[in-house]
Amino acid sequence: ASAQFQLAVPVAVVFAPGSVPGDLPRPLPFRDVQEMEISVNLRTSITSRYETVYRSTTAQEEAALDVATAREADAALHLLQDASLGALTVYVVPETSSHLPQGISVYVGKHRSALVRAGGDLATLRTRLQQLTQVMSFTASSIAAALSDRVPDGQLGPDTRRHLKSSLGYEITFSLLNPDPKSHAVDWDIEDAVNRYVQPVLDKLSLVANFSVDSQILYYAVLGVTPRFDKESSSFLLSAHSLPHVINPVEARLGSSAASLYPVLNFLLYVPERSHSPLYIQDKDGAPVSTNAFHSPRWGGIMVYNVETPASPQASLPLHVDVDMVRVMEVFLAQLRLLFGLSREELPPEFLLESPGNEGLADWELDRLLWAHTVENIATVSTTLTSLAQLLDKIGNIVIKDDVASEVYRAVTSAQSAMAKLAVGHLHSAFQASKEAVTSSERAFFDPSLLHLLYFPDDQKFAIYIPLFLPMAVPILLSLAKIVREARQRKKEPTKMD
Amino acid sequence: VCTSRFWFNYRHVANTLSVYRSVKRLGIPDSHIVLMLADDMACNPRNPKPATVFSHKNMELNVYGDDVEVDYRSYEVTVENFLRVLTGRIPPSTPRSKRLLSDDRSNILIYMTGHGGNGFLKFQDSEEITNVELADAFEQMWQKRRYNELLFIIDTCQGASMYERFYSPNIMALASSQVGEDSLSHQPDLGIGVHLMDRYTFYVLEFLEEIHPASQTNMNDLFQVCPKSLCVSTPGHRTDLFQRDPQNVLITDFFGSVRKVEITTETISLDSDLAGFESKLPKDELATEPQKYAEQLPVAQIIHQKPKQKDWHPPGGFILGLWALIIMVFFKTYGIKHMKHVF
Repeated sequence: ASAQFQLAVPVAVVFAPGSVPGDLPRPLPFRDVQEMEISVNLRTSITSRYETVYRSTTAQEEAALDVATAREADAALHLLQDASLGALTVYVVPETSSHLPQGISVYVGKHRSALVRAGGDLATLRTRLQQLTQVMSFTASSIAAALSDRVPDGQLGPDTRRHLKSSLGYEITFSLLNPDPKSHAVDWDIEDAVNRYVQPVLDKLSLVANFSVDSQILYYAVLGVTPRFDKESSSFLLSAHSLPHVINPVEARLGSSAASLYPVLNFLLYVPERSHSPLYIQDKDGAPVSTNAFHSPRWGGIMVYNVETPASPQASLPLHVDVDMVRVMEVFLAQLRLLFGLSREELPPEFLLESPGNEGLADWELDRLLWAHTVENIATVSTTLTSLAQLLDKIGNIVIKDDVASEVYRAVTSAQSAMAKLAVGHLHSAFQASKEAVTSSERAFFDPSLLHLLYFPDDQKFAIYIPLFLPMAVPILLSLAKIVREARQRKKEPTKMD
Repeated sequence: VCTSRFWFNYRHVANTLSVYRSVKRLGIPDSHIVLMLADDMACNPRNPKPATVFSHKNMELNVYGDDVEVDYRSYEVTVENFLRVLTGRIPPSTPRSKRLLSDDRSNILIYMTGHGGNGFLKFQDSEEITNVELADAFEQMWQKRRYNELLFIIDTCQGASMYERFYSPNIMALASSQVGEDSLSHQPDLGIGVHLMDRYTFYVLEFLEEIHPASQTNMNDLFQVCPKSLCVSTPGHRTDLFQRDPQNVLITDFFGSVRKVEITTETISLDSDLAGFESKLPKDELATEPQKYAEQLPVAQIIHQKPKQKDWHPPGGFILGLWALIIMVFFKTYGIKHMKHVF
């Protein structure tokens, strides 16, 4: 199905005193619109419109900027700006400003604003602005990844289908694997850790989907691979190429909730056996990984937690182990971000990103997720409804129940509304509309009454009934013919009898 | 999927269980397997060795094992349920284990065995699935991107006819015999009294026993399994819908589960001294009302319920017309005076 997306991003560029470049085309304030087209395939294209307002700072904003560090400025400015989803505010500070450290020309805060160094002329400013908007909203590749089933094969990179698909909910399961309970009695205060560290992140992500969290402890669950002993570091090593085989034997025991159909994200904490401690994961170059963890796209992550061997060899077994949940959650939450596709690795060199702290992700990262998910949802709705229409064309006598019909109408109106809102820049309502559209279209497509087996074409009906009724009808027809002949004869007879 | 019922079709259940066993051994967990067995051979009253299903007359390999998880058993194995599992058009009350929860990155292996003919496969001795219906089901799966690549293996008589009608991309198919040929069974066991396995699946099982999760064997080797000298029938395969060259497709891509894995190099920094979470606790400790049983319908009322009187409807037009025609013809042909013989 063809789809033309228009994504509008409202951007406000605010010039602090002393930072206005000399070669502005018009005096402040003025508006500008930049459009860029990303064409995904012959019938799908995305036009991004950056509707930029250039203006100078108000007195309140100047006062807010008059602080020592960028972080404080960001916090103060947050209260003064347009906080709606999808909008960006960029503050341009003079070249000599002390907010940004040496060598950094862009500072991205944890809300929806950034500080940019002026840079002398308009051209440099424009390049920096473009890079910034790409980081903070969406890039061609992030949108193309959301539409991955429409991109012709071969044009996508090998790992564009690794981020979690947009879904209405996700189930998160934390599992503690203790293969050696005789040596280690492991205690983890998971409930406290979930309330303290995981819940704030999930609360921030609650706009995107519903999350449910559970946890379990599995005893005598071993990894599928035997680690090698390395004499130099006197530790055990798991090499990078054996990692894919680690997950399978464990997965059989993980279980999942019988009631919901949402995708499950598993986070496993593995405490190695005493005979295999300490255990480190090696990356492709043979160096031990600092986090001692790895993850699998669309599945979850595993972290190895090494227990320090006690000083005295006569320590009584089992050793009591209290898991340091902060260290563990730092890794698990980072893996959660990576599974969703929020990575901070590929940035231009002069960018500095503010850490989001315990919230787990910055507001603009949430926006990135919402842009990608909204586009993905609308594309899915379009494909689903087109496929449903093709099915209806193929089977002439299919029966569409009323509720299926109403779901289809609802899906179409919600999808149209979502596209309209995207074109205007209301990201929040566009996302909600796209979620409704996906729910309705999935319900309509997967309705049990639409199974093609249940509807057979009319010629099959003829093929079944004709062999039954035709032989039965032969004597009836012959008798009818005899009746007609007799009736005609009787009509002629009276004239003959006289 | 095993589609045959009755004791003498022991070999079909053994076929299915051997593929199930190989697939589990190579790493696919039960949560990712939908196993449909149309009849129970291991606990069948005619089985002299209960709770076992053997693949070879020397009883070396009990393919039933300790942890078989059958998702669709006995009369639940119908064409409708099979197609519902494939297309996803399943009633909402179906549990997770009975669904195919695949997405656009899943490789799916479908193995079917039973009695078949030119263009159909017999289910439970009472219905059939045709190759056209199967091809349409795969197309519905492709439209919704419920698979990345699909491998279809069928071990029945004239099996190649089942894959003739596929038209969706990324499907590779193997069959045990060509159109017009019968797939033969391997050997009978005199102790159990029936044939234990079919030839094609027997040699496929032998081939799969050599594969381990890190093996690099590719699909071309699987195509060579069971040549005519061993199998008597000619196995066939179809790869024109498949994008990749079979030379580059690993057996473990379908029979095993080798996941893509990435090393986690990023961490976030958490501040452990936050008082913000205190507000969560009071919510959990809200006193809830004690739960009570809902009002149940008293048993006495249920027992003495009379059956609902079905309203009597006069016979409909078609039946009435047919009877009228028959009676009229009878009496016109033979005359009214014969009516007294009728009453």
